[in-house]
Amino acid sequence: MAASASVRSSVGLTLRLSRVIPDCSKCPFNRLNSYFNGVAGLSKVDRFRTLNRHLQTSRGLYHSEESAGAEDPEEDAVNVVYIDRSGKRIPVKAKVGDNAMYLAHRHNIELEGACEASLACSTCHVYVNRDHFNKLPEPEEREDDMLDMAPALQENSRLSCQIILTQELDGIELTLPKVTRNFYVDGHVPKPH
Amino acid sequence: YASSHCIYFSGARGLGTSPAASCPKVCIVGGGPAGFYTAQHLVKTRPDVQVDIYERLPVPFGLVRFGVAPDHPEVKNVMNTFTQTAQHARCSFHGNVSVGKDVTVQELQEAYHAVVLSYGAEGNRTLGVPGEDLAGVHSAKDFVGWYNGLPTNRDLRPDLRCETAVILGQGNVALDVARILLSPVDILKNTDITQPALDTLAESSVRRVLIVGRRGPLQLACTIKELREMVNLPGTRPEMEASDFECIAKMLKVLPRPRKRLTELLLKVAVETPEETELERRNSAKRAWGFRFFRSPVEILPSDDLTRAAGIRLAVNRLEGEGEDVWAVTTGEVEDVECGLVISSIGYKSLPIDPAVPFDPRKHIIPNTMGRVQKCAAGLYCSGWVKRGPTGVIATTMNDSFDTARTLLHDMDEGTLDISTVKPGSAGVTTILEKRGVKPVLFSDWEKIDSEESKRGEARGKPREKLLDVGEMLKVAWT
Repeated sequence: MAASASVRSSVGLTLRLSRVIPDCSKCPFNRLNSYFNGVAGLSKVDRFRTLNRHLQTSRGLYHSEESAGAEDPEEDAVNVVYIDRSGKRIPVKAKVGDNAMYLAHRHNIELEGACEASLACSTCHVYVNRDHFNKLPEPEEREDDMLDMAPALQENSRLSCQIILTQELDGIELTLPKVTRNFYVDGHVPKPH
Repeated sequence: YASSHCIYFSGARGLGTSPAASCPKVCIVGGGPAGFYTAQHLVKTRPDVQVDIYERLPVPFGLVRFGVAPDHPEVKNVMNTFTQTAQHARCSFHGNVSVGKDVTVQELQEAYHAVVLSYGAEGNRTLGVPGEDLAGVHSAKDFVGWYNGLPTNRDLRPDLRCETAVILGQGNVALDVARILLSPVDILKNTDITQPALDTLAESSVRRVLIVGRRGPLQLACTIKELREMVNLPGTRPEMEASDFECIAKMLKVLPRPRKRLTELLLKVAVETPEETELERRNSAKRAWGFRFFRSPVEILPSDDLTRAAGIRLAVNRLEGEGEDVWAVTTGEVEDVECGLVISSIGYKSLPIDPAVPFDPRKHIIPNTMGRVQKCAAGLYCSGWVKRGPTGVIATTMNDSFDTARTLLHDMDEGTLDISTVKPGSAGVTTILEKRGVKPVLFSDWEKIDSEESKRGEARGKPREKLLDVGEMLKVAWT
């Protein structure tokens, strides 16, 4: 019943818990939410099937994301690498149907999403590596319109809120643009405390 | 959960001193996007910093609430992000506090380790032409404030009983004004536009809107999303001067992508013969809009009884310069256009807030380097429009605010900013405010206003019905 309750809970809860507080991995709600987000992208039939599996194995609700991945068939897993603004590579295990922007949020990667995936801003702008860029479906006109406003626009720019992960995109690398104008001249990076 | 997080990190400071008393405290002046994004970055990056946001109005969110057009609700989703920040354990919102009047910047600097000025641009650039003060002439800032419920503009009462409106300026704000003037009321009635504005627009006689710019099509300042919305606006047709577009098509191939796409759309609308269904749609449209290029205002012409605007005299320009650097030069010719409403949309402008804060009277910004205020003691920073000038969308302000936060954090790390002393923070400010009879509106108080507005909106099929009066806001906030 907890699983269906989590499904009924709003996306707002997802955002609330995956955004401001740095270390979410201890909180059981986070795992509920990441499950919910993974499900959100699937078709109705898939969603029901996955839901069922998780209802039956209630332990699945409380596993960390890594071990939940191990329970699922390999076809569902998609490897994604985020490259953050300091150049650090952050590999993430995602599922087919995951939204690349919300996936980044769940892993506390520094990617904003001001308009919440409604193609009304460009804050989730990423660069896609060449090999996978060509595999993405063409952007719709509204995405291109928003991309036009993104600083440091490149040919391989996309809005991550429009990237839905598929098996074909396994290994995709998403780089966060260095949009700041005053990254420290001496290369200083603020230390986490 | 959130407060326990604070203890994990700052509890290690030592026995005897309460963690909260000795943590670094930052004060942010202005509760709009710049203030909230600066707060967000500070709170997320340093687990011990406490951030307090002060806002003059009882309600937060600045231009997201009062500037973004009512028919752009998705742009306002960012309020959810700001709400999370305000509700964070180490962040607090204090509305109804006017910095510079209720508390000085110097008093804030005594109470906090750092003060970030993010109070935006509440003024506007003036045309500087005769007739600017006639009835029927408004700044876009005031017109937008009026339909968005800014208390200051509640009594604007624009007179829309004329056929033609002229908007000076061609940025996104100008296009928002044009779109709101010409949108079918059926579209507007389910947005958060204020009821008085909706009623006025429902009675409007405005049928033609000209959006005037000094330079040419290649210098068009708006972005493609807004242009597309005008092109697709039901019940309207575009009316442009084809002669303005000679020599434009051949420039297309050298333009960078955003300018190229914008110009292609503009050419399509202005010059190409539309196909049949579009032609029919245009012929049956009762309202019209168009850009007028190469025109600068010279005088706003009065009515016979000299009380109101009845027309505008425009100087005809040509361009000089090359590439990105082109400017308008008058040819000597003038042109008179009959109109009853003139909206000047030539830019917002920041104003100085406090004598203790340096202010550049030419650029109308706070002089700064990477967000660190110049020509004053350490501890003063700025972000948003007051730092860079009043241009850009939410994403621009977001990046800018993160930049300022990084500068501030860098100064804390390096010791340039002394955070070793214990500062009273909001407790100190609250004492000062109490003495002066000022009561802050906390975020939980705003939530009561929010809830009341949503409730009133629901009755009308709108996301909210905004309270238009500060007194009413305070009454609801403190029930």
